[in-house]
Amino acid sequence: MKEVILVKFGEMALKGQNRYSFEDILLKQIKYRLRPLGRFIYTSAQSTIYIEPEEEGTDLDEAVSRLRKVFGIATICRACVCEKDFADMQKKAVAYLKETFEDAQSFKVEAKRADKAFPMKSPEICRELGGTISEAFPHLHVDVHEPDVTVVAEVRDTNAYIHADKLKGAGGLPLGSSGKALLLLSGGIDSPVAGYMMAKRGIQVSAIHFVSPPYTSDRARLKVEQLCQKMTDYCGDVNFYCVPFTKIQEELRRRCPEEYFTILMRRLMMLIAQEIAAKEEALALITGESVGQVASQTLHAMVCTDAVCHVPVFRPLIGMDKTEIIEIARRIDTFDISIQPYEDCCTVFTPRHPKIRPQLAAIEAAQAAGDFEEMIREAVEGTECKRFRVVF
Amino acid sequence: MAFYLDHAATTKPCEQAIEAITACLREHYGNPSSLHRVGLDAQLAMDGARAVVAGAIGAQPESILFTSGATESSNLALRGAASAYGRHRPHIVTSAVEHASVRETITALEAQGFSITRILPDENGVFHAADFLDAVTDKTCLISMMLVENETGRILPVAETFRAVKRRYPHVITHCDIVQGFLKLPVKASALHADLMSMSAHKIHGPKGVGALYTAKGIRLIPVTTGGKQERGLRPGTESVPLICGFGAAVQYMQPTIDARFAQTQDLRRKLLAALSSMDGITLNSEPEGSPYIVNFSVHGIRSEIMLHYLEQREIYVSSGSACSKGARSGVLSAYRIPEKQADCAIRCSFSEETTPEAIEALLCGIREGQAQLIHQNMH
Repeated sequence: MKEVILVKFGEMALKGQNRYSFEDILLKQIKYRLRPLGRFIYTSAQSTIYIEPEEEGTDLDEAVSRLRKVFGIATICRACVCEKDFADMQKKAVAYLKETFEDAQSFKVEAKRADKAFPMKSPEICRELGGTISEAFPHLHVDVHEPDVTVVAEVRDTNAYIHADKLKGAGGLPLGSSGKALLLLSGGIDSPVAGYMMAKRGIQVSAIHFVSPPYTSDRARLKVEQLCQKMTDYCGDVNFYCVPFTKIQEELRRRCPEEYFTILMRRLMMLIAQEIAAKEEALALITGESVGQVASQTLHAMVCTDAVCHVPVFRPLIGMDKTEIIEIARRIDTFDISIQPYEDCCTVFTPRHPKIRPQLAAIEAAQAAGDFEEMIREAVEGTECKRFRVVF
Repeated sequence: MAFYLDHAATTKPCEQAIEAITACLREHYGNPSSLHRVGLDAQLAMDGARAVVAGAIGAQPESILFTSGATESSNLALRGAASAYGRHRPHIVTSAVEHASVRETITALEAQGFSITRILPDENGVFHAADFLDAVTDKTCLISMMLVENETGRILPVAETFRAVKRRYPHVITHCDIVQGFLKLPVKASALHADLMSMSAHKIHGPKGVGALYTAKGIRLIPVTTGGKQERGLRPGTESVPLICGFGAAVQYMQPTIDARFAQTQDLRRKLLAALSSMDGITLNSEPEGSPYIVNFSVHGIRSEIMLHYLEQREIYVSSGSACSKGARSGVLSAYRIPEKQADCAIRCSFSEETTPEAIEALLCGIREGQAQLIHQNMH
């Protein structure tokens, strides 16, 4: 029995004349993910991509699990290909879904007749196919409200398809359809989630991380690299920038008031990140901040931080609770890496009593006490770049 | 010339493994838990091996725990899952032909109060997924099945069973002892629908004293031993970094050739089976469609041990059953309803890619001459 994977678009289907550019990007992403599994034939029609393996024995389970991580897909299902002949559809529905039916108590049939030339109308297909299934599996009863299994019969241009319940896709827009942005990646729980959320909206994410040896260790950096690698599952290939930050932190500690340390540090990080973003052709910065989570994430503190930014700073977690963030981190598998207990540059020299409501003028005056321009240039020059690719 | 035909008992470590172990002993002597670079170095070496082992079964590196071998892996898997999930579901399903490491662990759990269902094959010696599925109930916490049975090489319907069990009883934890199938048949954790899988290094040209346990994401185990936080706290104690590196090197050496080795040994096995079935006084205990790496047969009237030592004189090394049972009568063969007298005469030969057609010839010749020379005992 020939099997295909049907991939249905999410909100992309609502796009107007530029819809095809989104579709092309999505198709490219899908092909990139599936290429290592073998050769497939891709056909696109009516907001659906049909993915048909060229060889028998292709691992479709694996293909589906990869597709579930591709943004831009609303639903995925495996379907059996039938002739556009009702007898064939009946026969294959019973054989293809045998196991599913055996484990279920109730079912219903839905029909989609995209090809209006098909002699039977949708209600008729539902009725007749339902009858066939009931006869083949007498233990099943029909329940149109809450069935265990929903059988869908789709009659399309060239073939008919039979499938049962569909899987939810990753949603969002295809990667790369919305330009590029640079994520400030600390190694904590929040930043990978922030990257994931922006990638979901089609943004290609690059990452920047600050290291301060000997205050931070090789293991801390390694942990962030692991996070980058894990992020490639959803975010595709990730460019990772690692900035040497020791000198700047030491200068800050020496010359500036302790209570402003964190905010000044964040401002300097933003300045460096903007320079890297320009090199990387990233149009915006992304952070994992959430209002009020820590002292540097109060509204006042964010105003002071943003004052040095001339590109937009996206904070997709801004209105989320920690528990909601952790839920996503677990789902995308970054949580276990994030909780490895190594010092990162944000936890070095934390002030005992940070200013919760800093005033911009005072912050600017404090920053002027140190000479950072040269150090920033040095840090940007000393930045190392590494590319993390999707692993198959 | 010597012919080693006991690869299911153990294999000779490959050069790559030996090299990796010595290099690691010399260079990566750090404790992977130390914070400094020497420690990190050892951890990175270990992480490399972890990724290789994980890759070989299509899993993520974090799903692999290193242990001292498959026996420890299975103990941790079964005892750990039974204590985590067994409180309200005190029932375990398993096959009647498991290796001692699983069989005895489950017997120990039985003594603790678990009820056990042991599934037997049908009268033809074939296992059916439906029999396992029928035994599972709402009170079942765990099902454990081996992939390739180690005495006759029968392949159990693990994927089919686990898939059906997971569909109907998603709460049941599935464990598979894949020792005799690992890197011999294509094994993938997801395709097998296994939550836990036990592996051993020394069956695949790696060192003795190291193995691994695969744990699927979200599976909770209660550790059997207590101590430090190594291996996610599930296997406390400083990791044996050199042996782990040797394990990784062996996997790397074996992985690319799964298909080629399968075809090669299958060819040898077919020839051996054909020759054996044309001989008088021989009964096959293996099935033609079993693992190509194992053949078990009985030579009428000559007890296993006598034939084994006779062949040994000719430098042909075979086994009288599972090496782990050290000559005790096998309960596995009786599970297949093989008569006692026939089981007492059982010989197991097991192959690797190093096995040549000459070895098979020498074996056949040895058996023929043994049949002629040795004094037969009454079979009835």
